[in-house]
Amino acid sequence: MSNTRKVTIKAFRFNAETDYLPSYRSYTMEVGKDELILDVMNRIKWEHDGSFSYRRSCRHGICGACAVKVNGKATLACKQNAMELLDLFDNELVIEPSSKKRAVKDMIIDKGDFWEKHASVKPYVVADVEPHPEHETKQSVAEFNKFLDSDLCIQCGACHYSCPALEANDAFLGPAAFAAAYRFTVDTRDTAGEERLEITAQSGSGVWDCVKCFECAEACPKEINPIEKITKLHNMQFEQKVARSNVATRHAEGFVRSIRKHGFLDEADIVVYSEGYLGMYKHLTTAMKMMKAGKIHWQDGLPFIDNMPKIKNLDEVQKLIKISMTNKL
Amino acid sequence: MSQLKYALFTGCTAKQSTPELLSSTLAVADKLGIEITILEEASCCGASHLQDFDEFLAHVLNARNICYAEKLGLTMITICNTCQLNSAMTKHALDKDPELKARVNEKLAEVGLEYKGTSEIKHFLYALIHDFGLEKIKDNVKVPLSQFNIAPFYGCHNIRPSELHEGSNNYENSYVPTSLDELISALDGHPVDYDHKNKCCGFHVELQANHTSEVLAGNAMVDAIDNDADLMVTPCPLCHLKMDTYQDSVGKVIGRDIELPVLHMPQMVALALGCSEKEIGLNFHVQTKAQQIYSDATA
Repeated sequence: MSNTRKVTIKAFRFNAETDYLPSYRSYTMEVGKDELILDVMNRIKWEHDGSFSYRRSCRHGICGACAVKVNGKATLACKQNAMELLDLFDNELVIEPSSKKRAVKDMIIDKGDFWEKHASVKPYVVADVEPHPEHETKQSVAEFNKFLDSDLCIQCGACHYSCPALEANDAFLGPAAFAAAYRFTVDTRDTAGEERLEITAQSGSGVWDCVKCFECAEACPKEINPIEKITKLHNMQFEQKVARSNVATRHAEGFVRSIRKHGFLDEADIVVYSEGYLGMYKHLTTAMKMMKAGKIHWQDGLPFIDNMPKIKNLDEVQKLIKISMTNKL
Repeated sequence: MSQLKYALFTGCTAKQSTPELLSSTLAVADKLGIEITILEEASCCGASHLQDFDEFLAHVLNARNICYAEKLGLTMITICNTCQLNSAMTKHALDKDPELKARVNEKLAEVGLEYKGTSEIKHFLYALIHDFGLEKIKDNVKVPLSQFNIAPFYGCHNIRPSELHEGSNNYENSYVPTSLDELISALDGHPVDYDHKNKCCGFHVELQANHTSEVLAGNAMVDAIDNDADLMVTPCPLCHLKMDTYQDSVGKVIGRDIELPVLHMPQMVALALGCSEKEIGLNFHVQTKAQQIYSDATA
């Protein structure tokens, strides 16, 4: 295999001060096997067009400034080998800012929404510290390991701007803020855990609006797996009795109720249980259509008629729920 | 090649609101000579919601399901992306954490079971493509789907997070997935290339964040339609339910009329293999245009 490859790179160009719409411009260059996306962006600027703008600083995956998207894939430019992406995307690379709608100039975006949401979960240790401490605040290795990976977050915004829930819902705090909320809540030195759990339990902005697409896990250049932290926040809301009974929490807890009865999830019951009988009016049109297609039946979800299929050996499942369940709503 | 045998984890949806998924899966297996044993003992996977409530309980229940496939000495196949992900997450967690595995097995011992980690877990889509083989599927096509532009909709939980799926999806790249496209081509259909093929359908927040859910489903369907899709196909019954059932309300939210039949992956294969109209079960779709597909294809 040759050590260089002649390719055409397309880049998103936009200047919020002068342009009404963005455009894409193509740059042809020989890309070497060790070159990074950051090198490619440098060469666009240095060899083709000095006005090409992007953020860069540390060049070794620490400052988080150079996050962009390449063919829609969240990419930390200083960490990503260009040849790898040329292989993946069949020799056609399109470099775009992390969020096109927030573009200010070329790759530079207004990250104000990210910082505001990140700050809202108190991403720091909240503690009453003695002005003249006489001993250290010690942590065990196990305690430290709880937040070791989430502490590696560099606030690059790769997960935040890959999150479709955030795209559709401006109020949603997003995966980076949640990972930070988790990181400081499990820190044994911190005292604001309950407050963070309250913040992240709000409907509309909190973890219950996560769509479970795992885009954040895929996007993170530090392999933090934000959605894993989101699941932990869900669990902690129940463990620490912060969870309030609402459509989302009943939806999660309602699975136990169904599984205990049938082994299967009772699809009609979970809607009735989560929404309450009064909330069912929203689903009447859909229910009628599903009934017409034979997907559900008129007696589904009625408490006094049980036409649900049951799994074999249901008693095993009932026993396992009894001896394994740790949380309550 | 010796006969392929699998333990089928049906999941809840195939036993309730999408009976057409189960019947078409069994019809495809039958046509291709794949032996299927249904795990009638298997419970709900928790669908990622039980995991939010009580993660340990979810691991115990998923491990129990896998135990039944292990007892048969078979690979467990799934026909739902979310069942696939949640089962694989438990397998992954238990296989890499002996302490968690021991805690789970302590509970399972109470019902006379033990999780060993000997069974693979893979989605039927990948079993068909990688175990049975695309070329052999091609040889079995009786009704070429050449008149249809088919939009593949991969569904999140088969492709993300990629490190979890490892070999079970043959290292499908979540940014450039190809399996469904290749399957569509093997059946002589025309795969539609569109940006939203690997995006989220919004199903999981249907109740608590309805607007988000409708927007995501709408964006995907409109993208497929704007790229000339006649129909959409998905390996996930949850994606199917969101997109088939809610087209009217989704259309209102995003301001477009949407009429797009959404087929389960096994329904599409069953159609091409010449399975019966009853087995394919398009009558169970809410989107009524779907019911036309069988007669169009076989005309």
